[in-house]
This record gives sequence, structure tokens and C-alpha cells, in this order.
Amino acid sequence: MANTHTTQHYVASEQYAEETPPASSTGVIGWLRENLFSSWSNTVITILSIAFLVWILPGIIDWAILKSVWNAQSLTECREIIKATHGEGVSGACWAVIKERYNQLLYGFYPAELRWRPNVTFLLLLAALTPVLFRTMRPAFWAMVIALGVSVLAALLRGEPGSIVNPTTVVAAAGAALTYVFGGNQYRGKWLMAALAFPFVAIFLLWGGLILEPVETSKFGGFLLTMIIGVTGIAGSLPLGILLALGRRSNLPIVQLICVTFIEFIRGVPLITLLFVASTLLNYFLPPGTNFDLILRVLIMVTLFASAYMAEVVRGGLAALPRGQYEAADTLGLTYWQGMRLIILPQALKISIPGIVNTFIGLFKDTTLVAVIGLLDPLGLTNPIRSDSAWNGIVWELYGFIALLFFVCCWGMSRYSIFLEQRLRAADRR
Amino acid sequence: MSEALEATTDALDPAHGEQATMTVSDEISIDIKDMNKWYGEFHVLKNINLEVRKGERIVVCGPSGSGKSTLIRCINALEKFQKGSITVDGTPLTSDIKKIDEIRREVGMVFQHFNLFPHLTILENCTLAPIWVRKMPKKEANDVAMHFLERVKIPEQAGKYPGQLSGGQQQRVAIARALCMSPNVMLFDEPTSALDPEMIKEVLDVMVDLARSGMTMICVTHEMGFARQVANRVVFMDQGQIVEMNAPEPFFTNPQHERTKLFLSQILAH
Repeated sequence: MANTHTTQHYVASEQYAEETPPASSTGVIGWLRENLFSSWSNTVITILSIAFLVWILPGIIDWAILKSVWNAQSLTECREIIKATHGEGVSGACWAVIKERYNQLLYGFYPAELRWRPNVTFLLLLAALTPVLFRTMRPAFWAMVIALGVSVLAALLRGEPGSIVNPTTVVAAAGAALTYVFGGNQYRGKWLMAALAFPFVAIFLLWGGLILEPVETSKFGGFLLTMIIGVTGIAGSLPLGILLALGRRSNLPIVQLICVTFIEFIRGVPLITLLFVASTLLNYFLPPGTNFDLILRVLIMVTLFASAYMAEVVRGGLAALPRGQYEAADTLGLTYWQGMRLIILPQALKISIPGIVNTFIGLFKDTTLVAVIGLLDPLGLTNPIRSDSAWNGIVWELYGFIALLFFVCCWGMSRYSIFLEQRLRAADRR
Repeated sequence: MSEALEATTDALDPAHGEQATMTVSDEISIDIKDMNKWYGEFHVLKNINLEVRKGERIVVCGPSGSGKSTLIRCINALEKFQKGSITVDGTPLTSDIKKIDEIRREVGMVFQHFNLFPHLTILENCTLAPIWVRKMPKKEANDVAMHFLERVKIPEQAGKYPGQLSGGQQQRVAIARALCMSPNVMLFDEPTSALDPEMIKEVLDVMVDLARSGMTMICVTHEMGFARQVANRVVFMDQGQIVEMNAPEPFFTNPQHERTKLFLSQILAH
């Protein structure tokens, strides 16, 4: 060493014992310090946030819950009730409109006596989705139990205990029993096989035919329509998007050209335009007299639209994988499709989860655009409701309810994607 | 176990090892004739001629950018070449994807950066190709994989994921993964260049062991000790061509070409 006069030797003579962390960094106090008061700026933001909540929450609670009216025939009656109980100039929510119209907002003009069919379809959807999304059937079991409870409660509230035994409760009870008994991971393969039948069962139940009374699609509406378009678009756009992404990265020039053209065309055109094409223009191209269901046309357009975006998200994931993964798959002698299925896509899709779910959520909310071409999704139904003389002038309650429906679905998807990312991260502990 | 595998494992048995070192058959395993490759306008490989016989160990060295990795990547069609021919075990390499897959099944490759599949366990990494390419039953594939994981001395890691292993362990898994396909030829593309110094030896030990068992090997490496110990021939490449090729002893003690002398002086100096 150059500067020998400062050399100090040190040799550890013992192993220090492990100590517990200081009390101020653990428990509730530790959490508060760490997350809310870690610095001056953080403390200020925390206090401002609390002040904001204190300022805004009481008003909302007062309006939405304390001074709200659930039983009335019209907005005018609502206002009179509020005036009578809380005095002049007080405003409160008139939830009576939701109470009167919630069936319409949920099912559109689907015949009332046949509404058990969308209900049963929804339950089957939960049962079909669970093995895809989770490892066990436990989530489906709880969903069935809740559905059973809601269904029984609804029958009792209607004051018709006799109607407890209806298709919805029967399916919910049977579903709960099945998912409980055969809920383990070892049955997942069987459930997945059964899930393949769901699209056909759903079409049969919703559209009718054979032994079920047919229902015209012009009667489909409300949240039912949102779910039909959203679920079909989501289920269809992922596989189609993957194929398009692979095609865009293909070595075959023609395949590549077709995929690039398709993706760029669809991405370059607004969804509304495509929906107008679906609703009006397509008729000119089809042979006269063909009656090509409007909802079916919309389903195809929405799926194609979402798949173009999906393709670009998946392509990002494919590009993010190191080249070595492709080369390793090649050198082992795996064919192209084997390599993609076993090596590349599992990793690329995992990287793409945030983008994929982002596209799903966007698609789900875009379904409201069908109101523009005259389909009666929840947003499309607000116009007839608001032009009804009884509810003329109602705004917040109606849109608030619809917003809540959408929020629950989109927030659920978002939470699921976080859950899935954590599960996959735990699985390969990188 | 399949017959092909039995043959390989017998050959890999250390008891047969020392004799096997001596035996290089007359049969040609890889035959590269007048091979040329361009990246666009850039002539990367110029008139490469190389015959590799069964059981031979070739070490390819040279300065970076000399085309050594590109050369061995041409052998299993990771890179295309524009002129000349490559024949592997009698099968000429063409653009026919069936032929390419056929050759890739017989040629194992180990990369500088291991390229293990991070989403699969060590055991799954090893059994994937035998199960899907060789159509081996899962149980048998597991047995084969465990056999080779024992040979590279990490059977206890079988249930872990690649990210949980050290670099040296990952590279040994990569060797085991390639061996599970019971290849006729093994290509090594700078297998120790990405490793911490203390891990190089464990990988080289496995490679020496493999060489002693009579495996045909082409190694791109700067490990000159390894070259002296196991190579039949050392190939020196510079600027896309083979400049000198000789048995290790004369190659290191008495290099002929000026560029070889320069390279060796630089690499052996420290």
C-alpha cells in the first residue's frame, strides 16, 4: 500500500447478534411514519388530503344517503318529499328512479318473464370464467352463494315466497354445490373443458330457439348488452390479437403484410365509424334480403377493433423478450408453434398483462358507444328515461348508478390483473 | 430409456472416458465447404472450410468480431449463409425448415448467456424438448433429465427456477438441457465469458468431462487451458477467415501466422 503510515488493520473477532428493528419503524406507528409522514412534503399532502375528504364527504353522504328518497313516482314527488321532511332548499338524491327503472337498466326490453335466462347465463359465465382466471373453483362457489342469497332475498322482498324456486336460484344452488364438491385444483382441467361449451349455452339461453321462446335482439339492452359486447370482445380479441402480433413479426412477407394492413387500418379508424359501417353500410354489401343481426355485426366490429390494439400490446411483450429465448427454443428443435406456445407466449403475455387489461378495460367502456347507433345499452337508455315526463330533469342519480356498474367491473379487472401479476411473480421468483 | 440415450450415456460414462479421448473416428460429422456469409454488404465469413470428424473437439478462438460465433451459429441455422455448403451428419443444410429442425435435434447448443427458460423449473427446462420434440413419455424424460443433472452435479436444484441459481449453475443446467436431447454434436458459444471468475472452473470441468466421454464438440472460447487440455485442433479466426489451424501443442508453442502470434501474445500475456 502506498501510504503505509495510515494503514489500519481490522479483523472481526466476533459475530454480532441479530437485533430487532427499532419500535418506531414497525407496527401502526411505523406504517404511518413510513407512508403518511415520511417527510415534510408528505405530511403536508396527507393533511391536505384529509382536509379535502372532511370537506367533501359529509355533503355527499348527506345527499346520497341521509336525504335520499327511495319511494316516489316522479322527480316532482321526490322533491316534495324532501321539502316536507328536510325543509325548503334542501337537495337530496332521488333514487326512486333507479328503483323503478333498474330492471330496464339491467336487461333493456328483455321480456320480464324471461329474465331468468340472462341471470342463469351470468351465473354460468362466472362458473366458466373461474377456472380460466383462478386455480380453484372457490371464487365461483362464493359468487354462487351470494347470487343465491340475492335471488332468495329478492323473492322475499317481492312478497312472493312461492317464487323462491325459480331457475336462477336452482342454478345458483346447484352451482354452489358443484363448485364446492369439485372445487379442487385437480378438477380444473374438467372445468376448463366444460367452459368451452359456455358460448353455445349462452347463445341458446339469450337468443332462445328449440325449446326456449326466441327473443329478438332488438329487445336486448341495458347492462345485459354491455356484458354481451364486452365479454365477447374480450374473449375474442385476445386470441385474435395474439395471432395478429405473431403474424406481424412473421418472416412470411404476405402474412406480415396482411396483419400490418389490418392493424394499421383498424387503428386508424375511430370505433364509431366502424360501428356506423356495421349498422348501415354493411347492408349495402350484403345480398338483399339477408337479415344479418345488428348485434352480431356490432360484436364482430368491436372484437376486430379491440384485437388490433391487443396485437400491438402483445407485440410489445414479444419484442421485450431477449433474442436468446427464441434461439434457445429453436436450437432445441421445437417447431415454431411449439416454441411460441411453450416458451415465448407464456413469458410475453406475462409482460403484457398491464397492457392487455388496459385494453380490456378500454373496450368494456367503449361498449357505451353502441348507444350512438341506436342500441339501448345503459347509456342509451338514459335518454328515454330522462325524456319521460315523470323523470324529466334527473341527472346525477341515473349516471351515478351507471358509473357504479362500470366502475365495479373495470375496478374488478384492474384488481385481478394485480393479483395475477403477483401470482406469476411468485411462481418464477426471479 | 431409449436406445439412442443408452448409447450416449454409455459413452458419457467416465470409466470409458480416457480411451474415448483417443478415439476420433474417420466418419465426418460436420463438413463446411467454401462457406461465405454477408451481413448486407459486410463480408463476415470468407471461404470457410472445416471438416469435423466424429468425436473430435475443436476450439475456435480469435479476436472479437472475427466471426467465430457467427460460424458456429451457421451450423444450426441460427444464421443463414449465402454461399457454400454445410453438411451435418450427412444432412445438407438448406432453407427447408424440416431439414433444419432435423439438424437442430442432433446438434446441442450452449450459449454465452445460458438462455434458460425463466418461467420453467430446472427439471422442466431439461424435459421440455425431449417431451415435445422426441415425444418421450414424461416419466422417462424426468429420469433422463435427472441423470444429466447428476452428471453436471446439480440434481438437488431440479425443482428450482433458473433465477434462483448462480451463473455457473445455470450454465451447467444449459449443458444438461442440451444433452437431454442426446445430440451427436455440441456447440459452445463462449460458455464461460459471462461468468464470474470463481464459477468458470465448474463449467469447464463439466465440459472436460463431456470431452473425455467422446462427444463431438466445437467450442468458441478464450479458455486456452481448456484448449490445451481437450482440443484435437485449435482454429484461429481473424477478420472472417480461418487464419491458422493446428493441434494445440504446435499451435501454442509455435504459431505460424503473424496475427496468431499477436493474438496469443495478447491473450497469454496476463
